[in-house]
Amino acid sequence: MVKKIWNPEMECMKRADMEALQLERLKALVDYCDKNVKFYHDRFVKMGITADKIKVLSDIQYLPYTTKADLRDTYPFGMFGVDRREIVRIHASSGTTGNPTVVGYTKEDLGHWAEQVARIATAGGADENSLVQICFGYGLFTGALGLHYGLEKIGATVVPISSGNTEKQLKFMRDFGTDTIVATPSYCLYLAESAREMGISMENYNLKIGLLGSEGCTPEMRDQIEERWGNGFFVSDNYGMSELNGPGLSGECYLRDGMHIAEDHFLCEVINSETGDVLDKGETGELVVTNLTKRGIPMIRYRTKDITYINYEPCECGRTSARMHKIIGRSDDMLKIRGVNVFPSQVESALIGISEIGPHYLLIVRREGYSDTLEIKVELIDGSLLDKYGILEALQRKIHDRIKSILGIEIKVTLAEPKSIERFTGKAQRVVDLRNK
Amino acid sequence: MLIKQISVFVENKSGRLAEITSVLADNGIDIRALSIADTTDFGILRLIVDKPDQAEKVLKEAGMTVSLTNVIAIGIPDTPGAFAKAMKVLSDTGIGIEYMYAFISRDEGRACVLLRVTDNEEAVAALRKNDIEIFEEDKVYKM
Repeated sequence: MVKKIWNPEMECMKRADMEALQLERLKALVDYCDKNVKFYHDRFVKMGITADKIKVLSDIQYLPYTTKADLRDTYPFGMFGVDRREIVRIHASSGTTGNPTVVGYTKEDLGHWAEQVARIATAGGADENSLVQICFGYGLFTGALGLHYGLEKIGATVVPISSGNTEKQLKFMRDFGTDTIVATPSYCLYLAESAREMGISMENYNLKIGLLGSEGCTPEMRDQIEERWGNGFFVSDNYGMSELNGPGLSGECYLRDGMHIAEDHFLCEVINSETGDVLDKGETGELVVTNLTKRGIPMIRYRTKDITYINYEPCECGRTSARMHKIIGRSDDMLKIRGVNVFPSQVESALIGISEIGPHYLLIVRREGYSDTLEIKVELIDGSLLDKYGILEALQRKIHDRIKSILGIEIKVTLAEPKSIERFTGKAQRVVDLRNK
Repeated sequence: MLIKQISVFVENKSGRLAEITSVLADNGIDIRALSIADTTDFGILRLIVDKPDQAEKVLKEAGMTVSLTNVIAIGIPDTPGAFAKAMKVLSDTGIGIEYMYAFISRDEGRACVLLRVTDNEEAVAALRKNDIEIFEEDKVYKM
């Protein structure tokens, strides 16, 4: 695989120089928000904040947080920093829990975004020779268009096939010799499953690079995806969200030891999500990001609700940029079951080493009497276990013991038939919480 | 001399047996014998059919978890003590029975008993030595 660095000047900058650049950009951002975004101006006045009061980078702790609720409350354009006519693109989230969150990009913002994606795509192994199929749904969602422009920027050949239509995806992959795929981890796995079911040898595919994102991917799931595709298929993880441009905030290099952050654009902090206190470097908590260069909808200390930690040591790949660990969970995805914090990703990593079952799973939380129960449904795929009940029961027990030892609570494991758990082409829904129903 | 038995994993929810058997029906596959045992969550359906290889293929294509297992089919005359004799042969030889089920064959008033044992070869040899009839594959599929 190619081991290039897209922008060595920014990605390999000395830490002291990077911090100086971030400080300079932070001051400019505060000044810009003060003058152009009423929402921030009002808050700054109330808190007595002005750009000249920021002397060192850690002064960022005195700035207010921004939340998704703030974006909804100012729907649609209330937090934009420019007149609507200067906005050249609008994206929006689905808005399942109220107003959608709407974000806008100036021409300059789109340029920065493409640059950020160019870096993660290069880090993940793509280059000007790549032929990429983008299997994210095009539209208001930032994933598809974000990767699209970044990959075009590095000179790759982009096939904007969008999501769904699995047979056509696989046909183009074979006929075009597609070597790079942009998809969610679960869809990438589903494609491999479908290819196998259609009875076409994996030798007919030339897939080498997977830039997978938009939902979490544990190392175990990643290994499984690579194994299913075979032929040296290499998967890297990347991270971003529409409030912070979209994909491109960070991405893994070939060493896959954390996702390199575009620090000249994004100033990251990790906080205690309950108290709001900033944590020390390296500690685990909620990621908070300030988008230093965005002007269409500037974002100061945006609370991502994603749980991670950041490593500031230079990487062996040559980049000096800080690396955030794969997302461990969501502060709002976190299930509290009998007082214990449970992240679906924990269950996933427990399940994926077990070859008798498929990679799809569903957590069902119920309230029985005054107690919560957690049922974990998995698909049995290994027919050779059908000879004796004892073997199936032993498998059930093995899964039960493994998950219980990780979560520390009692669970029930249910074996289900293949394909009985719903598949998703977008973000997978892995939890059904029936406690308040 | 060994019979191919189909095992299908069945979730405990209504309509599943109808779905599985209609896959067989749609492919013109005839069921000779069946047995199902279940726990609270799931069951294993065991089937003897006229075309076991095809049955395995179509059930797999329909997305089911399926396996083929070799079982023994013995013919038991309709007289008191005939079945007990066969059981005694196996127990004397130290062969364990995992499970079994039976049906009445249309010819000569004999019962056909399907056995899943710990050691097929040894069981067949012991049963033959004691003059217990072992049904051939074709005969069972066409019964």
